[in-house]
Amino acid sequence: MTDDVFAQVPREPGAPKPDPIVIADKVHRHFGGLTAVDVDHFEVQRGAITALIGPNGAGKSTFFNLLTGFDKPQRGDWLFNGHSLKGVSPAKVARAGKVRTFQLTKALSRMTVIENMRLGASDQSGENFFVAFVPALWKAREEEITAKAHVLLKRFKLYEKKDEFAGSLSGGQRKLLEMARALMSDPEMVMLDEPMAGVNPALTESLLDHIVKLKNEGVTVLFVEHDMHMVRRISDWVVVMAQGQIIAEGPPDSVMLNPQVQEAYLGAHMDEDLSEPAAVDEIKKEASE
Amino acid sequence: MDILVSILREAIAPTTAAFALAAIGLNFHFGMTGLLNMGQAGFMLLGMYGYAITAREGGPIWLGVLVAIALAVVFAVVLGWPTLKLRGDYLAIVTIAAAEMIRYVGRSQNLNSLTGASTGIRGNEFKGSFEMLSPFPDRMVEFGPIALHGSQSTSWWLALVGWSLVGLMVLLFWRLSRSPWGRVLKGVREDEDAVRSLGKNVYSYKMQALVIGGAIGALAGIVWALGASVQPDSMGRPTTFWIWTLLLLGGAATVFGPVLGSILFWCALVFVKGVASAVIPDTVLNTQQLEPFSLTLVGVTLMCLVIFRPQGILGDKKELAFHD
Repeated sequence: MTDDVFAQVPREPGAPKPDPIVIADKVHRHFGGLTAVDVDHFEVQRGAITALIGPNGAGKSTFFNLLTGFDKPQRGDWLFNGHSLKGVSPAKVARAGKVRTFQLTKALSRMTVIENMRLGASDQSGENFFVAFVPALWKAREEEITAKAHVLLKRFKLYEKKDEFAGSLSGGQRKLLEMARALMSDPEMVMLDEPMAGVNPALTESLLDHIVKLKNEGVTVLFVEHDMHMVRRISDWVVVMAQGQIIAEGPPDSVMLNPQVQEAYLGAHMDEDLSEPAAVDEIKKEASE
Repeated sequence: MDILVSILREAIAPTTAAFALAAIGLNFHFGMTGLLNMGQAGFMLLGMYGYAITAREGGPIWLGVLVAIALAVVFAVVLGWPTLKLRGDYLAIVTIAAAEMIRYVGRSQNLNSLTGASTGIRGNEFKGSFEMLSPFPDRMVEFGPIALHGSQSTSWWLALVGWSLVGLMVLLFWRLSRSPWGRVLKGVREDEDAVRSLGKNVYSYKMQALVIGGAIGALAGIVWALGASVQPDSMGRPTTFWIWTLLLLGGAATVFGPVLGSILFWCALVFVKGVASAVIPDTVLNTQQLEPFSLTLVGVTLMCLVIFRPQGILGDKKELAFHD
C-alpha cells in the first residue's frame, strides 16, 4: 500500500513526496569550521516509515536535533504540517505533535514507570502551579491519563513493571518505555534516534512490531538507525546522508545499490571496518546480484 | 536531666523552626527539581531585611511579610533568568556569590540608615507589632519543664507561629509534590531534555521552583529575625551549608525530611555540648573551645551518615540507589 505512495517519487536526493508532513529547506549547521549538516531539501511522507541512514559522522543525529528544536542551525527553514518550526523550542515542537526519543535513552530513573508515562501526557491542567493545589480540578484528567498509560504499558509489555523505578529496567525495556511515553500525547509523528541501540536481540522483534503498528495507526515515523536489518524490515523509504548532505533516497531494496551510497559506506569503512560489517556484506552481495 | 530539658527546648525553638522552613524551601529547589541553590541564606537575609525594615518604619505585619516575599521573588527571578538556561553548576556558583553580595551590601556603611550596616537592626526596633499580638501572658510561662517568655523574642508565641508555618509549608510541599506540577519538576531533576521532548517548558518550571523555594526561605528569615535580630553576618555561607546538611540528614525529596533534619541537627548539637561540658574537665576544653568542638563532632557524625545512609533518614534507598 505505501509502495504505491512512493511509486511516483523520483529516486533522488530531496525528492518531493505526494503528502509531506515535514519539509526542510537549505538547513545548514556548522560547528566552527566543520559543516555538520547542509541539507538542501528534505521531505518526509505522512503516514510512512522513513529511515535516515548514513555512515558515522554523516550528521544524522545533528539533523534530528535541528528538526526537533534541540539545536539551532545557522541557516534554513523547516515546516511541520505547513507551519514553520524555525526557532521554535523543543517543548513547543513536541506540543505541535512531533515527539522524539533519544539515542542514549532518557528514562527518568528515579521516577516510577507509571509516573514516566503520565509525564508524557498532554493537557494536564494540574501541571499549572496554581491548579495543582486543587486536586478536584485535575483528578479526572489524571485518571484518563492513567488509564491510557495502562493500555500502552500492556501493549509494550511493561504493565507488570508499572510501579517500579524506571532505573531498574533493562536497557531494552527503557527503550520501550521511552517509546511508550512518547506516545502518551498522541503525536502525529515520532522521531526515533537509534531505537535499536543497546537493545537485547530478544526484544528487537517486538520493538520492530511496535514501530510497524504505529504506522498502521497513522503515525508518521522517522528514525535514525545503523542496523541495516531493521531498515530493510520496516522502512518504506530510506534517506541516506553522508558528510552532512543527503546523497540518495529510495526504497530500502534499491537505495543501497546506488554507487554513491556504496562509496560513502565503503569509504567510511576503510577507516573503521568494525561498525557495519554486516551492512557491507549485504551491499556487496546485492551489488553482485 | 538538664540536658534533656535543653534538648527539648531546642527541639521546639523558633530557630529550629526557621531552619526547617529554610530547608523546606531548599527541598523545593534541590529535592524536587535538582537545582543547586547555594545561597539559601541570601533569601533568608532578604526576608529579614524586608520584614524588619517595613515593621521598623511602622508598616503592618502583613505588609512586612509581603515585602519580604516580594524581595525573595525578585532575587530568584534575577538569579534564575540568566542561569537556569545553563547547566546546573552555574546556578550554584551564582547563588553562592549573590547571597554573599546581599550580605555585603547589607552590612556596608553607606546603607547604615536603612540596614544598620554590620550591627544590623536591633530586635526592639521591629518586633513590637508582632509581639503585641501574642495571646500568651507577657512574662515567663512554663509548660512542663520548659520555661519560655510568653511574647518576647524566643517566645511561646513565636514558637507557635514558627511551627504553624512549618506545618503549613510541609502541607504545601506534600500537596505539590504529589501533583502533576511536582511530577514535572521531578522529571526536570532526572533529565531536562527528556522533559523538553515531552512538551514541557523546563525553564519556566525551574523558575517556578526557584521562586517558591526562595519565598519560603524569606519566611524562614522572618521567623529567625523575630527570635533574635537582623544580623547580616548570621546569614553567611555557614548558614546555607547547615541548611543543606540538615536537609540531606533528614532526606531530600521527602515531606518530613527537612523538619526531622532540623530538629535532629540542633538537638544533636545541644546534646554533644551538654555531654562534653559535663564529661570533659575545664582544663582540657574550656567553654569557648566547647562550641567549635561540638560542631566538629556533629560534622563528623553527619559525614558518617552521608557515607552510610546517603539517602538521609527518611529517604527512599531505591530512589537513590538507581541514580546513574
